[in-house]
Amino acid sequence: MNDDSQVQAGPEAGSQPLLLQAEHVQLYFPIKYGVLVDRTVGVVHAVDDVSLSLPEGQTLGIVGESGCGKSTLARCMVRLLEPTGGTMRFRGRDITHLGRRPLQPFRREVQLVFQDPSSSLNPRKRVGQIVGTPLQLQGVGRDAARARVRELLDRVGLNPEHVNRFPHEFSGGQRQRIGVARALAVNPKLIVLDEPVSALDVSVQAQVINLLDDLQDDLGLSYVFIAHDLSVVRHVSDQIAVMYLGKLMELSPSAELYRKPIHPYTQALLSAIPIPDPQENRARERQVIAGEPPNPISPPSGCRFHTRCPWATKVCSEVEPPLAEYPGGHLAACHHPRNVSPAEISAAARSPLSPLSSGQLMPGGEQASASGPEESSESQVTARTGGAVDAPDEEP
Amino acid sequence: MAEPLLDVQDLQVSFATEDGLVRAVDGVSFTLDRGEVVAIVGESGSGKSVTVMTLMGLTRSPNSRFAGSARLHGGDLVTASEEDLERVRGREIAMIFQDPISSLSPVQRIGAQIAEQIRAHEKVSKAEALDRAAGLMERVGIPRARDRLRAYPHEFSGGMRQRVMIAMALSLSPGVLIADEPTTALDVTIQAQILKEIKQLSREMNSGVIFVTHDLGVVADVADRVLVMYSGRLVEQGTVDEIFYDPQHPYTWGLMGSVTRVDRDPPRRLPAIPGQPPSLLRVPQGCHFRPRCPHAFDPCRQVPSLESRLPASPDHLDRCWLDPADKRTKREIGGRIGLAEGDVIK
Repeated sequence: MNDDSQVQAGPEAGSQPLLLQAEHVQLYFPIKYGVLVDRTVGVVHAVDDVSLSLPEGQTLGIVGESGCGKSTLARCMVRLLEPTGGTMRFRGRDITHLGRRPLQPFRREVQLVFQDPSSSLNPRKRVGQIVGTPLQLQGVGRDAARARVRELLDRVGLNPEHVNRFPHEFSGGQRQRIGVARALAVNPKLIVLDEPVSALDVSVQAQVINLLDDLQDDLGLSYVFIAHDLSVVRHVSDQIAVMYLGKLMELSPSAELYRKPIHPYTQALLSAIPIPDPQENRARERQVIAGEPPNPISPPSGCRFHTRCPWATKVCSEVEPPLAEYPGGHLAACHHPRNVSPAEISAAARSPLSPLSSGQLMPGGEQASASGPEESSESQVTARTGGAVDAPDEEP
Repeated sequence: MAEPLLDVQDLQVSFATEDGLVRAVDGVSFTLDRGEVVAIVGESGSGKSVTVMTLMGLTRSPNSRFAGSARLHGGDLVTASEEDLERVRGREIAMIFQDPISSLSPVQRIGAQIAEQIRAHEKVSKAEALDRAAGLMERVGIPRARDRLRAYPHEFSGGMRQRVMIAMALSLSPGVLIADEPTTALDVTIQAQILKEIKQLSREMNSGVIFVTHDLGVVADVADRVLVMYSGRLVEQGTVDEIFYDPQHPYTWGLMGSVTRVDRDPPRRLPAIPGQPPSLLRVPQGCHFRPRCPHAFDPCRQVPSLESRLPASPDHLDRCWLDPADKRTKREIGGRIGLAEGDVIK
């Protein structure tokens, strides 16, 4: 592949028009029960009042554990799901409740790449058909479509001679390239990548990440990149959103997030990733958070992370923390923020992106954060393993 | 030196397929001591899983061919009879699989599944076996274990199911524990918990652990020694520090380079390994890595033997013809170890 490392498209946030905006987006899945009449007996709070935006040409990373709502949010963004509350905007236009037909032009601009390329490609269709279908739907003529398919395969680093092969004749990494080629077919502006490299080997991961990088530079694409692992998103994202149980915990420019993670959950995620360096790994104090995410049918009150948080106090279970604005465009929803100075805490303002249900109480409003040890190490993330929180063993 | 717990010598596994003989494992030798964690790293198709599954006798079929030996307590796992294997499995060597949902029976209660294994090897009553199952579940960090004995696997989360697998594997305190990508399917927070659990329990029982993974972060976290496999062969082996700080094989450099690190500013471009692993039906002549290696030169047409090429570390073995002094400059890319991008033989 060509390496044009000089062409670094790095637009700063704010200078670019917003491509995608989520405003207090909420998606509750009803739980139905009953024989003749379906009664709704509860809801799964999959995405609960999340606000964020994506400037054109940039990459937004969304991370969190399974069940945190990151994929559901992504499906709301591409309107495969209709949010039950809030507003989704694409280029400023409200697309929240648009029907199938009015959505069509939008579908052309937004494409999705799935995690598992072997189950998202039809095993009975040849690669040429798979990549060509979006073109066909757009009414591109057969010859033109055929030429375009070859061009697309070449673009993603596959041999155009292989148009007549079936998906099973390719390796995992190559299959993911086919998925990317299919997404590119309609010249989208935005591609939502749902864990695009999680199923791949590391060496192949690097190839696919580099490919995505090249495509973004050359075609001016915007990405929403979903991952459960903060180390991969670091490579691709301009901005990162950390989600937990349907809520936005932290939203920050990428470099800022890794330099000083503010939310204890982000710290825990960072600390959980083993570093491929034995000595640093041994020297590092790891904070292993106990337990598993609670049930999204009946999420904990207040801050949703309080049941597993080593810093949690009484206020955390009572008041939902608003998103506070810290220097560097760094937002975090926590009553006991880490890695920020008392001055920064008192200067923090309530972000308009805060959930509507969050309280007015800002961090520092309650004198509690002084009890923790002072630490703000630069690149390394350490945190004392606080009073071990018992597993919220809430199994459905 | 005392005799190693497990001694694998020149293990070869091939499968007869319609398209020809697939040499999945081609002359793998290593030892495992008590209290030691040996990691096997490599891409999919490198033969790492076939190696450990062969130790468990799980690759036996009319189409498979074996050679070499794997000595455990005087017996040979490669040639052992099915009855001997049944006696050994679970008691002396046990395995944790990658995907717990497909390794557990969906129609049997958790407690019964663990108890079944205990009762297959020891003459104990059902109640006693269940009691021990509850104890094991508690030990691997399943809260309210006693109430959960009657649960089915689908009622458990992925992390909890993997804990059940660990409880099962440890139920008879085996000397050798094989973990085949035990955390690949799990979230990072749960992975951290499970890794901690495996490390701690194997230390308590003084077992030897073979840890198969493709995640170098996990390797750095758990391993004492590392075996790097590529296309059925070991290409490098050494202590975890030797492998990470003085890697000798270009394939190892490639693996290191392509890892995304959470604790470092990302490089502009990840140095990836070009191309793909060769098909095991048509392996390249000489060094298997040659077609993807930017440093390949004439001698690479001959298979390099696995030997120490560094006088200072006799146990650090590699399969590469390059001059060790040369390697030091060749593997350096922008301050980190990686595989240079270069012309690759097609």
